[in-house]
Amino acid sequence: MSIVKEAAVTQDTPASAEVKRGTEIRLDHVTKDYGLAVPAVDDISLTIEPGEFMTFLGPSGSGKTTTLNLIAGFETLTAGTIALNGTEVGSLPPHKRNLGMLFQNYALFPHLTVAQNVAYPLRERKLPKPEIVRKVAEVLELVQLTGRDDNFPSQLSGGQQQRVALARAIVFDPKVLLLDEPLGALDRNLRASLQAEIRRIHREVGSTFVFVTHDQEEAMNLSDRIALFNAGHLEQVGTPEALYRDPETLFAARFLGDSNVFELDERPHSATTSWHGLTWAVAPHTVAVPRPSLSHYAVVVRPEDVNVTRSASEAPRGTNAVPARVRDVEFMGSYRTLMLEFGTSGVVGRARIDASESQVALGDEVVASWSPERQRIVAA
Amino acid sequence: MTSLDTRALLTASAPPRRGRRRRDRGVDPTPWWLSMTGALVAMYLILPTLFVIPMSFSSSSTFQFPPKNFSLDLYVNFFTKPVWLTSLGNSVLVAILAAILATVVGTAAAVGLDRLTGRVAGLMRTLLMVSIVTPGIVIAVAVYASFLQWHLTGSLLGYVLAHAALGVPFVLVSVTSALGGFDPALLRASASLGASPLRSFVRVTMPLISRGIVTGAIFAFVTSFDEVVIALFLRAPTFQTLPVQMYNSVTVEIDPTISAASSLIVVAVTIIFLVPQLVGTRKKNR
Amino acid sequence: MTMISRPRRLPSASWLLLVPALALLAAILLVPLGQSLLRSLGTPQFTLQHYASLFTDGVTLKILGRTALTAAIVTMVALVLGYPYAYLMTRVGPRTRGILLTIVLIPFWTSVMARNFAWIIILQRGGPVDTFFSFFGIKDAVFYGNVTGVTIAMSQVLLPFMVLPLYSSLGAIDRKLLLAARGLGSPPIVAFWKIYWPLSRGGVVAGLILVFTLSLGFYVTPALLGSPQESLIAQLLATRTTQLLDFAGAGALGMLVLVVTLALVAWANRVGGSVTALGAVATAGTKERA
Repeated sequence: MSIVKEAAVTQDTPASAEVKRGTEIRLDHVTKDYGLAVPAVDDISLTIEPGEFMTFLGPSGSGKTTTLNLIAGFETLTAGTIALNGTEVGSLPPHKRNLGMLFQNYALFPHLTVAQNVAYPLRERKLPKPEIVRKVAEVLELVQLTGRDDNFPSQLSGGQQQRVALARAIVFDPKVLLLDEPLGALDRNLRASLQAEIRRIHREVGSTFVFVTHDQEEAMNLSDRIALFNAGHLEQVGTPEALYRDPETLFAARFLGDSNVFELDERPHSATTSWHGLTWAVAPHTVAVPRPSLSHYAVVVRPEDVNVTRSASEAPRGTNAVPARVRDVEFMGSYRTLMLEFGTSGVVGRARIDASESQVALGDEVVASWSPERQRIVAA
Repeated sequence: MTSLDTRALLTASAPPRRGRRRRDRGVDPTPWWLSMTGALVAMYLILPTLFVIPMSFSSSSTFQFPPKNFSLDLYVNFFTKPVWLTSLGNSVLVAILAAILATVVGTAAAVGLDRLTGRVAGLMRTLLMVSIVTPGIVIAVAVYASFLQWHLTGSLLGYVLAHAALGVPFVLVSVTSALGGFDPALLRASASLGASPLRSFVRVTMPLISRGIVTGAIFAFVTSFDEVVIALFLRAPTFQTLPVQMYNSVTVEIDPTISAASSLIVVAVTIIFLVPQLVGTRKKNR
Repeated sequence: MTMISRPRRLPSASWLLLVPALALLAAILLVPLGQSLLRSLGTPQFTLQHYASLFTDGVTLKILGRTALTAAIVTMVALVLGYPYAYLMTRVGPRTRGILLTIVLIPFWTSVMARNFAWIIILQRGGPVDTFFSFFGIKDAVFYGNVTGVTIAMSQVLLPFMVLPLYSSLGAIDRKLLLAARGLGSPPIVAFWKIYWPLSRGGVVAGLILVFTLSLGFYVTPALLGSPQESLIAQLLATRTTQLLDFAGAGALGMLVLVVTLALVAWANRVGGSVTALGAVATAGTKERA
């Protein structure tokens, strides 16, 4: 989905600093085992396109940070290969991989000024002094921190420090930037503004960005594609929209956004399925591909796709319906969220309705319905 | 630390030993008798040593106190009499070399241990600290016997090696403490920016732990400079250190020049240790 | 998320960094001590006579007893002086506390010879102490040349080993417990005895063991301030070596002292926690404890 970026190159690009394009990162059966019961990263294969903004999303311990560290070279591969633009880098030490990196706690050198921090990688590459000065000024302007050259990191705010770290990580024109939950330590507003910064810089610079986070909103906001991690393996990879609209597993449906979940006894074979005596229509393309390790199935529906009516007759035609009782009503400003108990099953879910709808009240018996096109059958 | 924000409550509720006294004032102030006891103990700790200073301005050839006249004879003696001057020179030389050796070796060990975990690493650390808890006399006697065999008694090399071994634990503690406050992510950042492990150590680790290294070096220097017991055993007519000469001037022949020597040392060490504290860089006590 | 906090590095490189320090310490400490041990067991052939004679020569045990007694007295003095001092440190503000800490460490870092010489001046016949007491009609208050003077001088330099573990332990006691006791009707002395003291016991025991252990090994102070008739174990060790040239016997005695010391320090470690024992020692820095 890299419409805005420069064209990806598939042949070996010389690793020269001036070429502002992204590198393709290919992970092939990558595994990292610490000798514990389960490997931290289990047989992951993924191709990150040149110039793409890829997010590794997942809960703590899912292997996303470990995978990032494997790409960076801070961890060694137990099995599999990692290739940058076709060249295997598994045995290359981190300082030779020419990748930029951002850390959650910024990792700015406290004994160096802002300008010295940013110049650090250029000095390592032995660039001539005038060019260092020029590039530092250029990149500080890019992150909007001109004039802060002589400050020390301790004199800057969190947001400013992260921008210095960003400047330092891109000043040497790496073709890959790895970001390890860089916004985790910032408050909400700062996060939002820095997210915008990061997106902007990605567009300007064009390198491949690999972003790690556990925040699904952040992931959906920033990424071209998301790789969803679960317990060391890749649950699903796709655009934010694809993951949101068409989750393939229950984990994916639950991790991104909210879901109503109805567990089924078996994978639907035909055009209908049944749940607690109710028969529901199933649109064939909404059934997820079977997974070898997952034997159960469930129907998932997003709260915003659920209609709530007083009776079954008022429900729109062609929808799947289930009687429900309103357990709670939450006023969210522009909409209301209804907590519903479906049938007598004890299963609880949510529906989203307009704020203006004042008819539904606590304790009411209602009918929840949704279009079969909007439901998904996922593996669990 | 105990929080002492007992505004409305009565104070001084638990005297360790002596009487008690109530104050109705707001925050919990220290009882007077406690402060006084503390002050008396503090005086016991500091004042006695200070007696060497007025003593050093005496002109007599005995240790009589208070000194009769005021003169700088003893200081002149200290800086002119060969026996004092050479022992001072030897002490300085040994201390510098021993400090350098202890600092290099100790810093390397601290950096190495910082990366290692596990029981063997813990064992190594304990081993390196052993000389601190071993009684000096036991070490001195053993070292003396072995050095006799190895022909190291009375030699500069022997002194330097022995004193360096005593100084290593201080350097180790000091540098380890500095490393404790060091953010490991900095080394990762440095690597990601293209610096090899060696360059990262030089450009990032060293500057940030330099204060710990210097502190350790100072401790090692002072340890060597003041060391008496091993020095007494290793001495030879051709080579002895200042503390040995001072020892002689009390036991072998009464030589009040020791007061001048003592005063100078007391003042010098006080400056070495107090100045950094006053300047505001508080040494971390762990 | 998995946190690998150490950058990837060859473990062997880290071990290599330890080699110089270990080599130095092995050469200066382990080898000589080992040779001493071997000598004590193997002169002229394998024998335990040197160890046995420690207990039978009549002198060693007497001196050991005297040393232990002196150490015990020093330890008590350190406790009596150190407890209020450490308690004071928990009551004052941070700056004063820092000053108090510095003060208690000063004798430590002051040259051994300078310190002992100062005590000679003070305690000698006709010196300030003697003069002071004769003012009150007490003659011959000469503490130089006897065990009393040695004790006074040793307590001064060993105080930090009592104060530091104590402070560490006292600092952790919440004084509100005492206020609560008072509120429930206990008089202050009882509150102290029943609540504060028991909670401080860990630090007290660690301090006691540490001071006692370190006292055992003192050499310079007893040699300068004591008398040859009242010599302590370190002096015996020295004369055995340099005058009697009895390396084997000295080795045996040295091993005995060493084993006792290490055992006591290990005990202090367990009681007070390694932070207290070794931390106090190392931070303060034991220079020449004599």
